[in-house]
Amino acid sequence: MDDKDKKIASLHLKLMPYLEKYGILLLLVIMILVMHILQPDVFLSWRNVTNVFKQISWQSMLALGVFMVIVTAGIDLSVGSIMMLSLMILAVVAKAGAPWYIVVITPLIAGFLCGLFNGLGITLLRMPHPFIMTLGTLYIFRGTGNLISGGTPISGFTDEVRYLGHGRIDLQWLGLEKSQYLPVSLVLIAIVYIIFWIFLNHSKTGKWIYAIGGNPNAARASGINVNKILVIVYSLCGFLSGIGALILAGRTDSGYPNAGLQSELDAIAACIIGGASFFGGRGTVLGVFAGVMIMGILRNGLNLMDVSSFWQQVLIGSIIVLAVYIDVLRRDLGTRK
Amino acid sequence: MSSTTNPLLEAKGITKYFGTITALENVNLKVHAGECLGVVGDNGAGKSTLMKVLSGLYKPSAGSLFFQGKEEILESPRDSQNLGLEMVYQDLALAGNLPIGENIFLGREPTKNLGFIKLLDFNKIKELTNAHLDKLKINVKSADQKVEELSGGQRQAVAIARSTAFNAKVVIMDEPTAALAIKEVGKVLDLINSLKKTGVGVIVISHRMDDIFTVCDRVMALFQGTNFAEANLSNTSRDEVIGWIMGKK
Repeated sequence: MDDKDKKIASLHLKLMPYLEKYGILLLLVIMILVMHILQPDVFLSWRNVTNVFKQISWQSMLALGVFMVIVTAGIDLSVGSIMMLSLMILAVVAKAGAPWYIVVITPLIAGFLCGLFNGLGITLLRMPHPFIMTLGTLYIFRGTGNLISGGTPISGFTDEVRYLGHGRIDLQWLGLEKSQYLPVSLVLIAIVYIIFWIFLNHSKTGKWIYAIGGNPNAARASGINVNKILVIVYSLCGFLSGIGALILAGRTDSGYPNAGLQSELDAIAACIIGGASFFGGRGTVLGVFAGVMIMGILRNGLNLMDVSSFWQQVLIGSIIVLAVYIDVLRRDLGTRK
Repeated sequence: MSSTTNPLLEAKGITKYFGTITALENVNLKVHAGECLGVVGDNGAGKSTLMKVLSGLYKPSAGSLFFQGKEEILESPRDSQNLGLEMVYQDLALAGNLPIGENIFLGREPTKNLGFIKLLDFNKIKELTNAHLDKLKINVKSADQKVEELSGGQRQAVAIARSTAFNAKVVIMDEPTAALAIKEVGKVLDLINSLKKTGVGVIVISHRMDDIFTVCDRVMALFQGTNFAEANLSNTSRDEVIGWIMGKK
């Protein structure tokens, strides 16, 4: 190896940690720039940017939940169904005339319990892979949601119930126009993501979640109760899906049978694009956020340009494959075998 | 090593069944402070099962464990760790995706309080890791390096550092040199010798006679799940120990 090669190799090694951490943000920035150039008047307008955040609001909750599960080298296919069931329970409780604070809390509890059910099923029934348990509950939860609602949409919620998904924070006191408001769901995304970032990176439980994904035997040998942590992870994933249901209730003002259909795949895609590894132990909260944003911006931008939704599917699929291939290349350079 | 003092760790009559299979039958073992006991045996002789019983990963079907003369019942690896009994597993039991320091403190991370929330104290982890690695004369680039970026010997060193980070009194090592390049074996054996000097009791399971005869003071052989033979190292030879492994006296 001559000097030049050595220099390039050492540069690679120095850049690698930064690329690993922030590479996906780079992709996001590039996408934003490209969209801005293609749609200079519309794309970065206040209205469109808040629109993107409103559109990704509930997906971002599902993606964050699925991300935690993927970090443990698991998978949760049931998040879309958990969200639908939580939404239906919310709708039924709201229609029964319960006060708003009860209505608001029901999807969170329902989502948490669904996740708990997943976690206990995976650990107590010793399922060979979480795929199987959550594939089962994908059907079970959606079926249950249809049973309790009779398979028909239920609409019309009070403003308090709709606040998280539909609320606006007026910014006129900052001298902005009335149309330049801050969606409450955007603030909610920020708060939830920051809390989970602290949880995953700065708490013992969070560190153990990564350790389980890296080597479950090491975690077990360290005295970590792996099953307990897994139950916590799936429960939190369900809880986040419950938050997603609450946001969706606000956005659509109704509980409907097709809510969250196939959204588990969007959530998984966002995690993968954001750099989470299916083998566990790898990925960042920031990455997931970038993954969700990339999918949201892609859809939004292509809609603005009037590109058919079939092309959107093709593009999102291609980005998943490309993102993982970049990850494979990165791993070849970064890891000693 | 004097055998008149109380052993640090003693196992009496350990028996372990897996269903209808008898993995261990009436096995006795003891190790003193500052002593290294070598445990040899063929594949399936019960070495690893015995070590997992000692570390609290398996519960024995019968028999009892005494630590510093007191009987202890181990429900989990956490119990044995609390007593000062540490295990270095053959597969190293490290999480490759985490840095060295976080592996060493995995499950026992130092925390700081921020109001009512407990957050990991990364500065303390780094500080303690560097001090501990220095003490054991283990050289790595940085405590922040991920374990998957290390060589086999460095990983083994981290695993041993991990086992001794919490004032371990007995360290059990399962094939500590099996996965290593030859030049790294010497470093790990030196590390074991320096552990002994600090008064730690060491149990080494190994196939390699070189390891046994470099670091051990006493050697015992298991054969088909039972105690087969035992001797001080000065009273035996390589050929004899190899014979024990194959069930010949």
